[in-house]
Amino acid sequence: MSDLTKLSIAEARDLLKKGELSARELAEAHVAAVHAAESLNAYIAKTPEMALEMADKADARIKAGGQKGMTGIPVGIKDLFATKGVHTQACSHILDGFKPEYESTVSQKLWDDGAVMLGKLNMDEFAMGSSNETSYYGPVKNPWRAKGSNNDFVPGGSSGGSVASVAGYCAMGATASDTGGSIRQPAAFTGTFGIKPTYGRCSRYGMVAFASSLDQAGTITRDVRDGAIMLESISGFDTKDSTSVDIPVPNFEAALTGDIRGMKIGIPKEYHLDGMPAEIEALWQQGIEWMKAAGAEIVNISLPHTKYALPTYYIVAPAEASSNLARYDGVRYGLRELVEGGGLADMYEATRAAGFGDEVKRRIMIGTYVLSAGYYDAYYLKAQKVRQLISNDFKEAFGKVDAILTPTAPSAAFAFGEKSDDPIAMYLNDVFTVPASLAGIPGSSVPAGLDANGLPLGLQILGKAWDEETVFKVSGVLEEAAAFKAKPEEWWR
Amino acid sequence: MSKFLIQGATGDFEVVIGLEVHAQVISNAKLFSGAATEFGAEPNAQVSLVDAAMPGMLPTINAECIRQAVRTGLALGAEINKFSVFDRKNYFYADLPQGYQISQFKHPIVGEGTITLDLGDGRSKDVGIERIHLEQDAGKSMHDQHPQYTYVDLNRSGVALMEIVSKPDMTSPEEAGAYLTKLRTILRYIGSCDGNMEQGSMRADVNVSVRRAGEPLGTRCEIKNVNSIRFVRQAIEYEAQRQVDIIEAGGKIDQETRLFDPGKGETRSMRSKEEAHDYRYFPDPDLLPIEFDEAFIDAARDSLPELPDEKKARFIEDLGLPDYNASVLVAEKESCDYFEDLIAALVKKTGKDAKAVGAKASNWVTGDLFGALNKAGKSVTESPVSAEQGADLLALIEDGTISGRIAKDVFEIMFDTSKDAGVIVEEKGLRQVSDTGEIEQIIDEVIAANPAQLEQYRAGKDKLIGFFVGQVMKATGGKANPGMVNKLLKPKLDG
Amino acid sequence: MSNIDKATVAKIARLARIKIADDKLEPLAGELNNILGWVEQLDEVNTDDIQPMSSVVDVKLRWRDDKVTDGDKQESVLKNAPRGEYGFFAVPKVIE
Ligand SMILES: [Mg+2]
Ligand SMILES: [Zn+2]
Repeated sequence: MSDLTKLSIAEARDLLKKGELSARELAEAHVAAVHAAESLNAYIAKTPEMALEMADKADARIKAGGQKGMTGIPVGIKDLFATKGVHTQACSHILDGFKPEYESTVSQKLWDDGAVMLGKLNMDEFAMGSSNETSYYGPVKNPWRAKGSNNDFVPGGSSGGSVASVAGYCAMGATASDTGGSIRQPAAFTGTFGIKPTYGRCSRYGMVAFASSLDQAGTITRDVRDGAIMLESISGFDTKDSTSVDIPVPNFEAALTGDIRGMKIGIPKEYHLDGMPAEIEALWQQGIEWMKAAGAEIVNISLPHTKYALPTYYIVAPAEASSNLARYDGVRYGLRELVEGGGLADMYEATRAAGFGDEVKRRIMIGTYVLSAGYYDAYYLKAQKVRQLISNDFKEAFGKVDAILTPTAPSAAFAFGEKSDDPIAMYLNDVFTVPASLAGIPGSSVPAGLDANGLPLGLQILGKAWDEETVFKVSGVLEEAAAFKAKPEEWWR
Repeated sequence: MSKFLIQGATGDFEVVIGLEVHAQVISNAKLFSGAATEFGAEPNAQVSLVDAAMPGMLPTINAECIRQAVRTGLALGAEINKFSVFDRKNYFYADLPQGYQISQFKHPIVGEGTITLDLGDGRSKDVGIERIHLEQDAGKSMHDQHPQYTYVDLNRSGVALMEIVSKPDMTSPEEAGAYLTKLRTILRYIGSCDGNMEQGSMRADVNVSVRRAGEPLGTRCEIKNVNSIRFVRQAIEYEAQRQVDIIEAGGKIDQETRLFDPGKGETRSMRSKEEAHDYRYFPDPDLLPIEFDEAFIDAARDSLPELPDEKKARFIEDLGLPDYNASVLVAEKESCDYFEDLIAALVKKTGKDAKAVGAKASNWVTGDLFGALNKAGKSVTESPVSAEQGADLLALIEDGTISGRIAKDVFEIMFDTSKDAGVIVEEKGLRQVSDTGEIEQIIDEVIAANPAQLEQYRAGKDKLIGFFVGQVMKATGGKANPGMVNKLLKPKLDG
Repeated sequence: MSNIDKATVAKIARLARIKIADDKLEPLAGELNNILGWVEQLDEVNTDDIQPMSSVVDVKLRWRDDKVTDGDKQESVLKNAPRGEYGFFAVPKVIE
């Protein structure tokens, strides 16, 4: 067999079923690929022994006739999902040495289905970032480089390790999380498929919290079908999360019928941004044509509060984060910095000063400020009202259309340091992904083309709450039409 | 009633008191985790990963805590809010693992209600309840175990509390004491809190301010976590006087949090540098609002037992109890249970109407029984004489088997030995003598033995009849039926 | 509307328990003012009569049964503690 790491999850699944491939072989190939891909800095903790052990179990399970979609499939886990006894630090210095005594529901579901863990994946610290440059463990490199150049690009963020491991063939799929675009934007930057399901579809239990009302787990895979297989595995009701919703998980793969005839696809006029690169505008147009060609009806819609989504997000998310991150205080786990002759309060201040990076501090400060006495109404309450309006916009739009098509990000991957000095410029990268996060609706990013430099670009499909099936269906058609076959050069191997 | 006033050099001051009581909800598991709530376990043994605020842990709510809060609200005649919201109260402390307390701020589960205080001598006063909200308890910090370290135990972290906030309706230490007593009684009746102040299941934050008569409310100080009713009274007395002294000296009261030192009987400022508190409340995004319907409230209402005020009224009305006895009995649910069991047994044994035996029985319970229990340092649930046995004893008086006087002796033996009254009466031969012939014979003997007294009696010294009764009783060892002795003696003396 | 000065940054930092060096207060004030100035475009939006979003999902809070299902894991609870003694978490003494 040729390079096993190039197989899709669906292909591997079928080969495993036929007995033409063993989970052990697959795991060994991936363990080797993980080691070879050190220069991507995608993995911050590797678990090769676990991988092989889990693979052997998967082989036994397959032999016994208990194969599931993810059985024997090697995956990487974003560092914010708790994995029992294994590095779980949300790539923050403040969680130094933390190895939880518990497993997140999302990862547990994968193991229950027989998936194989390769290790923990790099990310922006506490998922705060759009370029993976805020990780305590250093930035992840995008496997993609511009044509004829050896310069490195950011992989996007915060799920930078997830996308790099999948695009770089050192995981068949990866868990990821999306608070404002952290699955979709990096997927677009790396030519991978990312899906963020409806808020409440995947349990947040054991997932290090950034902004509770926005955080949602999802997956990164190399194609839409793999995304359907993997998302189905991690989805489902969990009594341990009060915001998890008790509704059945559909067979997402079965939704990939390729048939969107008569379906109404909305094109929101507010997503035409001034100064957006022409090639992104053109790709979007191309996407519209593909939809039409597949028999869908294009409907122009308006999401009038779109421009307020980012400012709303940058009040709500930091506010929740400032409170969620209060538990990192040096008392029960992680880093503890003592001050000579100091007391408890000094320990708090020193620990948090040393443990949090600049972006995290910035957001804690913003969040603390907008919740503080005298400012709550003007900022937080106002933002939650505008958030309601944004959500209403989508509800109204989905009265008229089945899905919405937009670009995923306003640019292709950028160079390291290009935006890290200007927080707002960095935040603007999430302009197309944040509205769906605020509304809690499902969204995907499908690789759809390359820019003039040869870097991947993605298109975003948004669906109604709980209608991931339509998102998958339209994504599948888009994928087929785009026939995105470009691959990064494997300089890292 | 005389008003509680503090006499200052420049005039009289009134005290205004409001109480915030933290009452631990009786439940098996914690408010947001499945860890146990029991008191006195090993440190950090009753802690789930949720209580320890491990990364990624999430709260899920305990239905029983919601039900108990609603029952408590109903028992206080309060408005029940079918929609309430959990907020986060953000602050840092070693025993607050999340860095915030999940509490209810803007939308509490229970709104306004009332508690009627018994102030003795049949006087009462209504005190308003502002609200009741549900919240988590914090852990415990121990500062005295190690020279450099504070030790933290999270066993209490996450235990459900009801914060019951009164209106500033109380005007004396006595009223504050009566409020706590009454609140504790109600909570214990309905079983929503065990009211155990020593173990901290009930703690009071006391808000005290003073003002000259007729003036608007003064600046208040909050005395935190006072853990006995007596200390609450002492703290108020001290604090009110302290405030009056400051005002009279031309000073101003700083709004601050203070601590009561039971050893010194003083309050003192809690924080050297009073830090600006800014709790940054906002709705907890890990939880949705609590919602329930009328049927849930109805079911909670149906689960309530008869409440102390209702019970007292019924005792007076239907059982003919004196007001005082009724008050004493309803103060503790266990006392009522004992009394009601006793009445039921007594009615069955004697066939008499409850109203005919109620007052006498209540005298015996609140007098003889409680007196003996008190002396022995026992609670009513530890009584060596059961309600059934008490009823036996009272039934023996009712049917004339023994006199009230003898009953006291029998009770003493019962209390010491837990033997039944009937057995003691038989063993000791204490059965009352009601045989006419036998009594007549003794009367004849007594008259014969005291001719001088008989002569004086017949000469008009009527009072000597008492002497003869006494002699007859003495001769029978107190067992003669006193009514019969009286009836038979007079005609014989009169000749 | 927002005009965060050095003192405000110091106050927020204290509330958030993050030690910030004196020479970092001024630059941080600038950054925060930029961000807050930017988010204040929300003032343009008319939100009269709009209820703030209270939950993303349209479901009711589920209630758990009152059963003891957790706890009794002192070792797990203390496993990651920087300092644990006699079953307690140990922290530097609280200095008031
Ligand atoms: Mg209080
Ligand atoms: Zn409280």
